[in-house]
Amino acid sequence: MTTDITARRRTTALVGTGTLLRLGARRDRIMLPIWLYVLVALAVGTAFSFKGLYPTVASRIAFAVEVGGNGGLKALTGPTFDLTSIGGLTAWRVGASAAVLVGLMNVFTVVRHTRAEEQDGRLELIGAGVVGRHAPLAAAVGLAVITDLLIGAVIAIGLVAIGQPAAGSIALGAELAAVGAAFAGIAAVAAQVTESSRAANGIASAVLGAAYLFRAIGDSATTSGLSWLSWLSPIGWGQRVRPFAGERWWVLALPIGAAALTVWLAGALVARRDLGAGLLPARPGRADARGLATPLALAWRLQRGALLAWLIAFAVLGVALGGIAQDMAGLVNTSSQLHSIIAELGGVNGIVDEFLAAMLGLLGLVAAVFTVQAVLRLRTEETAQRAEPVLATRTSRVAYAASHLTIAVVGGAALLAVGGATMGLADGLRTGNLRTELPSLLASALAQVPAAWVLAGVALALFGLLPRIAVAGWAALVVCLLLGELGPTLHVPQWAMDVSPFTHVPKLPGGQFTGTPIGWLLVVSVVLAVAGLIGFRRRDIG
Amino acid sequence: MKVSVYGTAMSSAIAISGLHKSFGRTKALDGLDLIVDVGEVHGFLGPNGAGKSTTIRVLLGLLRSDAGTVSLLDGDPWRDATALHSRLAYVPGDVTLWPNLTGGEVIDLLGTLRGGLNAKRKAELLERFDLDPTKKGRGYSKGNRQKVALVAALASDVELLLLDEPTSGLDPLMEAVFRECIAEERGNGRTVLLSSHILAEVEALCDRVSIVRNGRVADSGTLAELRHLTRTSIEADLAGPPTGVADLPGVHDAHVTGNRIRCEVDTVHLDEVLRRLTAIGVRGLVSRPPTLEELFLRHYRDELPEEVPA
Repeated sequence: MTTDITARRRTTALVGTGTLLRLGARRDRIMLPIWLYVLVALAVGTAFSFKGLYPTVASRIAFAVEVGGNGGLKALTGPTFDLTSIGGLTAWRVGASAAVLVGLMNVFTVVRHTRAEEQDGRLELIGAGVVGRHAPLAAAVGLAVITDLLIGAVIAIGLVAIGQPAAGSIALGAELAAVGAAFAGIAAVAAQVTESSRAANGIASAVLGAAYLFRAIGDSATTSGLSWLSWLSPIGWGQRVRPFAGERWWVLALPIGAAALTVWLAGALVARRDLGAGLLPARPGRADARGLATPLALAWRLQRGALLAWLIAFAVLGVALGGIAQDMAGLVNTSSQLHSIIAELGGVNGIVDEFLAAMLGLLGLVAAVFTVQAVLRLRTEETAQRAEPVLATRTSRVAYAASHLTIAVVGGAALLAVGGATMGLADGLRTGNLRTELPSLLASALAQVPAAWVLAGVALALFGLLPRIAVAGWAALVVCLLLGELGPTLHVPQWAMDVSPFTHVPKLPGGQFTGTPIGWLLVVSVVLAVAGLIGFRRRDIG
Repeated sequence: MKVSVYGTAMSSAIAISGLHKSFGRTKALDGLDLIVDVGEVHGFLGPNGAGKSTTIRVLLGLLRSDAGTVSLLDGDPWRDATALHSRLAYVPGDVTLWPNLTGGEVIDLLGTLRGGLNAKRKAELLERFDLDPTKKGRGYSKGNRQKVALVAALASDVELLLLDEPTSGLDPLMEAVFRECIAEERGNGRTVLLSSHILAEVEALCDRVSIVRNGRVADSGTLAELRHLTRTSIEADLAGPPTGVADLPGVHDAHVTGNRIRCEVDTVHLDEVLRRLTAIGVRGLVSRPPTLEELFLRHYRDELPEEVPA
């Protein structure tokens, strides 16, 4: 009897999952296909271009020998198992970046359909219908996992279509799908812990960042005995399925097991809390607003939590990357081909400098994520109708927009300053040249700032002139990311590379500092920002 | 011409004529005219989607008008937005708060951004509206969010209050407090534009009323004036059968049962109809002026046939 009731409870807890799944698929009918397209283009496109770049086994073996001993490159991409085949080369080159993208897709999708719905009160409307307690969570995770499987399947089919072995193609697709599912589970847990979807996205993304960092240290530190760190990272697990290099199918059990465990945990948490509540109880705040008297103070108040988290992340990244920089020199015998590979990643002179320059280039892009996010907060505030009461006061539109822009501009610069300074600190302490390393890396990091500002300018221009498609600011960032990541490998023509502001940043440290491109980037960002402000002054709000 | 307590002589606080505003192919405002005199509480009535909120958002300079002239406190709401905003306060119908800011912080912030807040009045209003200012925005119910916006608006020393369905979500007790507050504001010489579809509230508070429909003002005036243009319902017990009464000009929907008649009479023809009734001999008479609800429904019903050919 009891088991009967328990069984029935279990089934009713999932009533309505199918309907919610269809609702989610309908709401994301544009977003998810874009993710699918980007990921498939990344994996299959890379394999296709490698076919042209390294057509013979001999050319691939020569390439593999050079990559084999390079810890820095492995920190960026992952371990090398078999680079003598096109498939193996592809799995090595795109494994980490595709896993990060698929992880982000899962985090955003799951949080959007769970905590964001709950926070905005829409889940209450749904929860009052014939919908089981676990149905919204199950539908969100289901939507994410179905998309993962589709992505994996299409990648596998695409690789087979361009002539790669079926087993390896399926392994690469399955690896990405399984890592994606693990992050869907992690996001599901994060969504139970906090009351705000922003914080849930932050927690899950921080786990994703930590997974990448653990893997980077573990994969680069072949000699220092830290390689076990890669086994703590879902991204590391995925790569250790070894597609095209004697597939180890059992490793897939790790991300799949993690997914199952985290989803079960999230489900258990759902059953233990009230709708709308997090696990951390809400505390009363202050009854008056001391110091909260200007639009800028409001923008600071709304964004300071996020900025603080970003600053911590940059400090951790800076210390980690600066700490392993010196390992690069010893591991590399300078040959022309490896130079070209590292140069592809953004560097020019001296292996350590090349590594540091490449890492700073990456930090510049990540800082741009913050600047775009900080500027697009304006649009979020507007569509949530929170801009309206502020603009109904003496606050002018320019002052209002400038407040969030200031957070983006100053925050972006602060992130790069912290990243560069911590990188210089770690590297300087190791070499004993703190007095030269710290200022040099700080200045090199700051050279990235104008490029990050250009993207803030793009976002503001969109917000002011084309508010309905302001989210396209993210698309601009993804274009820059893909150009920087894959442009050189895929021999993208220079005019296309020039679209990204990061192409124009002098490669520092090691390269020649030239002020002209920096000056132009500043001019472009100011022009974009002014265009955005003028547009915002002239248009309707809402 | 009235002179506001603030010393500036203005004929009207709000003067709109021929206002047009479209969103894509949707015409939200289609030649709207509206006059709100200084010192009056003006009711702004209309069904959902009639254009009330759009009008208020044009007045706030949040939307730009396509055509027509708009004067707000003798200024241009689009060009002089920031200067005018220090003289007015606004309560939206659907208040969204920052989830991580407390109600008290929002009240202070909006007050300060407007150019100052009367701290004593704020404390008094918090007390009267029974609002806990230490709760975070995400913790408030709809009614409490509405109270936050109301306290923020009422606690500032402004000439004009633009209220867009300000009592949605308030319980009857709080609605009574709201009515008291608005009555006090009128006593202080402030001008109020009150958009609402709670007719009892408008009837209780407003000096004049404008009924908006399909982006135009269908009718405007004092309640007495509006009633004059409409019908009074009459129920009479007569000494004999009410022959011919139903055929008199201005008589509608007549129901005769024996010596009883129930009908609607155009208010302008009321005199003639009563004279005929007294000629027959009146035993009992119940007459009821049209409620605002009836006025409203009449304007609303009229639009239904119009919609069919479109």
